[in-house]
Amino acid sequence: MSTEQTTPAGVPGSPSPGPGIAGIPNSEIDASCRMPLFVMFVSAAIWLIIASVFGLISSIKFHSPGFLADIAQLTYGRVRPVFVNALIYGFGLQAGLGVSLWLVARLGRTTLAGPVFVTFGASLWNLGLTIGTLAILAGESTGFEYLEIPFYAALLIFLGYLLIGICGVLTLQQRRERPLFVSQWFILTAVFWFPWIYSTANLLLVKYPVRGVTQAVIAWWYADNLLWVWLALVGLAAIFYFIPKLLKRELHSHYLALFAFWMLILFAGWGGIAVSAPVPAWMPTFSMIGTVLTVIPLLAVALNVQRTLAGNYSKVRSEPALLFIAFGAGAFIVAGFMKVCGLVLDFNQELRFTWFMPARDLLNSYGFFAMVMFGAIYRIFPQLTGFEFPFPRFVRAHFWLAAAGVFLSVLPLAIGGVVQTLELQNANIPFMDIVKSTLPVLRVSTIGDLLLLAGHLLFLGNAAGLLVRFSRARAMSAYAEMTADLFKTAGAKP
Amino acid sequence: MNHGPLIFLAAFFALAGSWFSFVLTPQVQVGRLDQTNTVPAGATYPVSRPGLAREGLDVYRANGCAYCHSQQVGQTGVTCDVLLTAVGTNQPALLTALLKVKPALTDAEARRFLAELPKPVLEHVTKEAADAAAKALNSTGGKAQVWIVPMGPDIARGWGLRRSVAEDFLFDYPLMLGSQRIGPDLANAGVRLPDPKWHLLHLYAPRTQVKGSMMPPYRFLFEKRRIERVPSADALVLPPELAPESGFEVVPKPEAKALVGYLTSLRADAPLFDAPLTVAEAAVESSTNSVAGSVTNSASGTNAPVK
Repeated sequence: MSTEQTTPAGVPGSPSPGPGIAGIPNSEIDASCRMPLFVMFVSAAIWLIIASVFGLISSIKFHSPGFLADIAQLTYGRVRPVFVNALIYGFGLQAGLGVSLWLVARLGRTTLAGPVFVTFGASLWNLGLTIGTLAILAGESTGFEYLEIPFYAALLIFLGYLLIGICGVLTLQQRRERPLFVSQWFILTAVFWFPWIYSTANLLLVKYPVRGVTQAVIAWWYADNLLWVWLALVGLAAIFYFIPKLLKRELHSHYLALFAFWMLILFAGWGGIAVSAPVPAWMPTFSMIGTVLTVIPLLAVALNVQRTLAGNYSKVRSEPALLFIAFGAGAFIVAGFMKVCGLVLDFNQELRFTWFMPARDLLNSYGFFAMVMFGAIYRIFPQLTGFEFPFPRFVRAHFWLAAAGVFLSVLPLAIGGVVQTLELQNANIPFMDIVKSTLPVLRVSTIGDLLLLAGHLLFLGNAAGLLVRFSRARAMSAYAEMTADLFKTAGAKP
Repeated sequence: MNHGPLIFLAAFFALAGSWFSFVLTPQVQVGRLDQTNTVPAGATYPVSRPGLAREGLDVYRANGCAYCHSQQVGQTGVTCDVLLTAVGTNQPALLTALLKVKPALTDAEARRFLAELPKPVLEHVTKEAADAAAKALNSTGGKAQVWIVPMGPDIARGWGLRRSVAEDFLFDYPLMLGSQRIGPDLANAGVRLPDPKWHLLHLYAPRTQVKGSMMPPYRFLFEKRRIERVPSADALVLPPELAPESGFEVVPKPEAKALVGYLTSLRADAPLFDAPLTVAEAAVESSTNSVAGSVTNSASGTNAPVK
């Protein structure tokens, strides 16, 4: 344990390798990650645009239900799942995997294993997702939330993940820096977590479906593990790496982070079953216990992040990537407490049917996870290419747009959800009045969606600009190389 | 110092624990649930949906209706009502018993009460109080029944007569319980809104049926066609501003009919051992619907609770 504390626990991936470790230079590590991570980050950015366009369409439908209503493919019940799938699988998991691979390679001071297979895996992932979203639009959805993509497309997604995941594990295996930093714990667990839950859910719900209400239980279990365990593991891995790294100081406590890890994997995978669900009573009870116990990792993370940041808030403001990641850490805590309080305080079991839940999920998957990924990608992308972003101002603008967008989407929906709950509990209030009372809230959240979309365009613009810069430089040097010969021969003639 | 295997084992056991609790055990316990009987009638429950309704479930799935409509009813508790159905042979004794059970009544009111049977004597009381009152009334030769009435905002809105239980969903695949109430709960849609014509019009133009509805119209489930010889019996009767030009009619496609078949097959009114409930057969026969059966003929979905 002692070596662990001295070398990796302090400053993650510090430039000077420990004694006796032949680390591979960072530039070489980045070069090995370049191709696969280009594919993953740029695809993620494109999926993000797709997600926000579909999110905007579904949001507009609340103001004018007739909007695009006569096209079967664009009815609300198909647009909404495309939005969620593009956001979670297209952006979230893909960016998360990309960031994880880079972290594992950098922390292990080794090159990425099998970059070709990673690239191929990412292509399979994107192909499966494309087929899946088109299938949802065509009415082929499986009917289970967060698992709408039909089996044939899910198979491609699963294979893609396996390829990427295996390369991640091999990279970890061949690391030069043997002791593990806490981020690697989180990532290794996440890499292993997804194939299990995804295959269970797809096999038992879609391929060989179980009967009756067990379907709902498994679907809830899957969604909870995906959104509150996988995203949390990968997001926290990035938080625990980047915050100390960007501040150039040590993580407050390595052990507190490991404690959060244990508590998180033990309890966070239990949640998801509401008190009034039509299932035997022990299931919601277990679920409630697990969810309440997630308060422990939440507090551990909050304490660790706060102690690491303490006294360095001016640095946070000056570094946009850190802004994103610190915002994400805050959103993680708030979303976690929204989950616990929502379950515990939902006396009459109406809260779980209101806008409070989408608000909570958006804060978790976007306010926390996507924001942390933005910060990480803004940090990683220039290092992969060796160039700075062409529009550095866009980064800061993206942050403010995203932060405002999250506030405008989450806060009104959460408050609206609580109001909706109180109204649903009073049967004297006609249902249509409740619907009407949520409309102003939905209007504000549409503005939030618009801000998010604007931010995503800046993000994509910057990423594309960087790619253009990089490939132009590459082309220039290739051209120079080719013409150098020409000039040489030309020069040799006279 | 290699923690790799340790982390792997930790993740394995943590996830295995969660998998065991929320995948395997539920499957063992409720995945093999069999049909049950209604109580006390003893009818087999549930029976699988008719073919048209099963096709409709597919339309419901494809168009993602479950993103706005839940299909699960909650209940906060159960109360009892005491219903007096017949006077019997000893009216004076019954009158005395009635006055004892309901001390607020004057003598004249009690006499009028007995003339208007069947009528609830007590409402929203505990099981013990209801049993005691029924016993007192029955001992005089009158006929009193104890009714079990589930309570809660969902039930008061008419979204179901009792809470949903695992047995309700035995034959549905995929099971779409829904997670939002952007629109009303549909667990009891077939009882609340039994008229297929209402549903068809509502799907075509929601606002003609429910004022201020935010439901998008589903006109792609219908087709406008030229009237051949005689108008179709299925053609929608639309208000003038929505009606097609003369010589044309709007008829539902098979999908729309199937969807309506599914919606009208949704009921949450079977009394089960898990979810006891007294069904209002007696009340329906005698054409009073003031007690638990009152929600059966409500078409609004927003009806106020029975007081």
